[in-house]
Amino acid sequence: MPELVVTVARFGFLILLWIFVFTVVGVIRRDLFAGARSGRLVAAPRGVGAVLGQGGKPARVKRGKAARQLVVTAGQLAGTRITLGEAQITIGRAEDSTLVITDDYASARHARLVPRDGQWFVEDLGSTNGTYLDRAKVTGPTPVPLGVPIRIGRTSLELRP
Amino acid sequence: MTVAATSNSPPTTPGGQGGVRLARSRRNAELSLLLLAMVLVAAYGAMVEASVLDTVTPSFWVPAAALSAVFLGLHVAIRFLAPFADPALLPSVALLNGLGVGFLHRLDLARATPAERAELATFAGIGGRQLAWTLISVALAAGLLAVVRDHRSISRYAYTLGLAGIVLVMIPAVLPPSISEINGAKLWIRVGGLSIQPGEFAKLALLAFFAYYLVRKREVLSLASRRFLGVDFPRGRDLGPVVVVWLISLLVLVFEKDLGTSLLYFGMFVATLYIATERVSWLLIGLVLFFGGAYLAYVLGELIGGPFANFYLRANIWLDPFADPYNDGYQLVQGLLALGSGGMFGAGPGAGQPLKLPEVQNDFIFAGLGEEIGLFGLSALLVVYLLIVERGLRAALAVHDSFGKLLAGGLAFTLGLQVFVIVGGISGLIPLTGQTTPFLSAGGSSLMANWLLIAILLRVSDAARRPVAGGGASSTRPPGGPPEQLHGAPTEVIRP
Repeated sequence: MPELVVTVARFGFLILLWIFVFTVVGVIRRDLFAGARSGRLVAAPRGVGAVLGQGGKPARVKRGKAARQLVVTAGQLAGTRITLGEAQITIGRAEDSTLVITDDYASARHARLVPRDGQWFVEDLGSTNGTYLDRAKVTGPTPVPLGVPIRIGRTSLELRP
Repeated sequence: MTVAATSNSPPTTPGGQGGVRLARSRRNAELSLLLLAMVLVAAYGAMVEASVLDTVTPSFWVPAAALSAVFLGLHVAIRFLAPFADPALLPSVALLNGLGVGFLHRLDLARATPAERAELATFAGIGGRQLAWTLISVALAAGLLAVVRDHRSISRYAYTLGLAGIVLVMIPAVLPPSISEINGAKLWIRVGGLSIQPGEFAKLALLAFFAYYLVRKREVLSLASRRFLGVDFPRGRDLGPVVVVWLISLLVLVFEKDLGTSLLYFGMFVATLYIATERVSWLLIGLVLFFGGAYLAYVLGELIGGPFANFYLRANIWLDPFADPYNDGYQLVQGLLALGSGGMFGAGPGAGQPLKLPEVQNDFIFAGLGEEIGLFGLSALLVVYLLIVERGLRAALAVHDSFGKLLAGGLAFTLGLQVFVIVGGISGLIPLTGQTTPFLSAGGSSLMANWLLIAILLRVSDAARRPVAGGGASSTRPPGGPPEQLHGAPTEVIRP
C-alpha cells in the first residue's frame, strides 16, 4: 500500500467519524426544534383539507391558528410539551393521567382538556383546590384560547400553536 | 401557516396519515445515519487490512455486511414495533458495536501467523465470536421490543425482577471459585467453554425494580421526611427495601471482589433516588458515602487486607503507576503509553501495537483503539457515548409517566457511568476497576445486556415521542359528540 493512500485514508476515517457525530447532532437538533413546527405532523387530516376546513369553521379563521401543543410553563414539569391530537388530556397526580403532575396542591384527577370542533375546552373534575383559566376559576367546560395560562396548584399550562 | 405546512407534507399520500406519520417518526433519518455508520465500519475494516496485511483482501466487507444486515433488520423491526423511537440511538450504538467488532478482528489478524490469516473465517477468533454475539444480542433486542409493547408493563414484574436481580448477582458469589473466578474477580458462571457474567443482566433487573419502587413511594419520600442537620432524610421504613437491595448487592460484590460493578450499582441507586425525589441532598449524601467508603476500603486494605487488599493495590497503582511499571502497574502503564503514542491523530487503524496491552480485548480496548485513532478519534467515540446517554435522558424527560422517567433516566445514567468508570480507569483519572466498555469490549453478556438496555430506551423514547392522538378510534368520533370517558384515555392503569 502506498504511504500516501494510507495517510489519506487515516485522516479521511477520522474526518468521517466526526461527520457521523455531527450528522447525529444535526438529526437531534432538528428533532429538538421539530416541536415548534410540528403542527403539520399531527394535525394531518385537518391540514389536508385545510381550505375546506377553514371555510367551514369560522371560530378558527378568527383565531388564525389551532392549538397544536400543550406546554407546561411553570411548576416542576416546566418545559414539558405534549403534542395535541384528537384525544382528551387528563391532568392530575394519578399515574394514569396523560400529564402526571407532582404538585402538592393538585388532586389525583384534577382537570381535563377536551377537543371539540378544533377548540379545546378545560373542565375541572371536582378538584380540591380548583382549576383557574388565567384569573377566573373554571366551573364548567370553558374554551381555552391560545397562550392563556391554565393554573393547577403551582403548575401553569398553556396551549400553543 | 396551515397551508404552508400542507405543502411540506408528502403529496403522494392523499390520506395524509401514513406519510405524515413517517415524516415525524424520522425512521428515514435513522436509516441514513445507520448506513453512514456501516460505511465507517467497512472503511475501518479495509484500513486494518491495508495496514496489517499490506493489502485489502476482496472479502474485507464481509463482517461489515453481516453487521449491516443485522442492524438493518433491527431498523425494520423498529419501524413496525416502535415507529416513533429516537432516530439517533440505533446508528450510534451500531457504530460503536461495529468498530468493536472491527478492532477485535484486527487483534485476530495481528495474532495469526501470515499463513493462518488467509483462511481466517468470518466467525473465527474473538472478532468472529463478537460478530456472532452481536447477531444474537440484536435479535434479543428486537425480541424485547416485540414482547414489551408498553414499557409500563415492565412494572408489573418489578418485584420478580428485583428478586431475579439479587439472585443473578449472588450466583457467582456462592459458586466455587473454579467455576466463577477469572483474574481474581468472581463474576462469572463458566459452563464448558461459555462464560456468562450474570451481573450485567442484574443491572437491568435491579434498575427496573428501583424505578418501580421509588415511583410507588415517591410522594412519601418527598413529603414525609425527618430533618436532620439541615437535610431532609426519608423515614427508614419507606426506604428500607431499597437500602436492603443495595446493601445485599454491595456485600455480595465485596465477596466477588469487583469494585467497578459495586460502584456502578451504587451510582445507579443514587441517581434513581435523585431523579425520583429531585433532592440534591441525595447526590451529596451519595458522594460523601462513596468517597468515605472508598477511603475506608483503602485504609482497611492497608491494615487488614482480605477482601480489601485488591482495592488497596489498585488505588496505589492509580496514585503512582510508574512505581512498579513491570509488575503491578504494567497494565495501566502500557495503556497510558498506548494512549500517549497514539497522540492527536493516532497511528492509523491497524498500525498500532495493541498486543502489548494485557486484556486489550476487554478492559483496555479503549486504550488499544486510542493508539490507532488518537485523541481525535477517541473523543468522537466519547461524544457518541455522550449522545446515546443524552438521548436516553431526553426520553426520560419527555415520557409522561414516572416509571418510564425513572427507568430511562436510570438506564441512561448507568450506561454513562460505566463508560466513565472504565475510561477514567484507563486514562488514570480514577483507580482502575474492571468494567467492560459498553458495545466495544469482547463479551457476550455485556453486549447482550447493553443491547437490551438500548431496546428499553428505544421503547421508552417511542412512548415519549408518540403523539397523544388516540388514533383512528377517536378521530372517527362524530364532532360535537360526547367526549370520551376519563378511563377511555389512551393511558392505562398499572395497579398490580
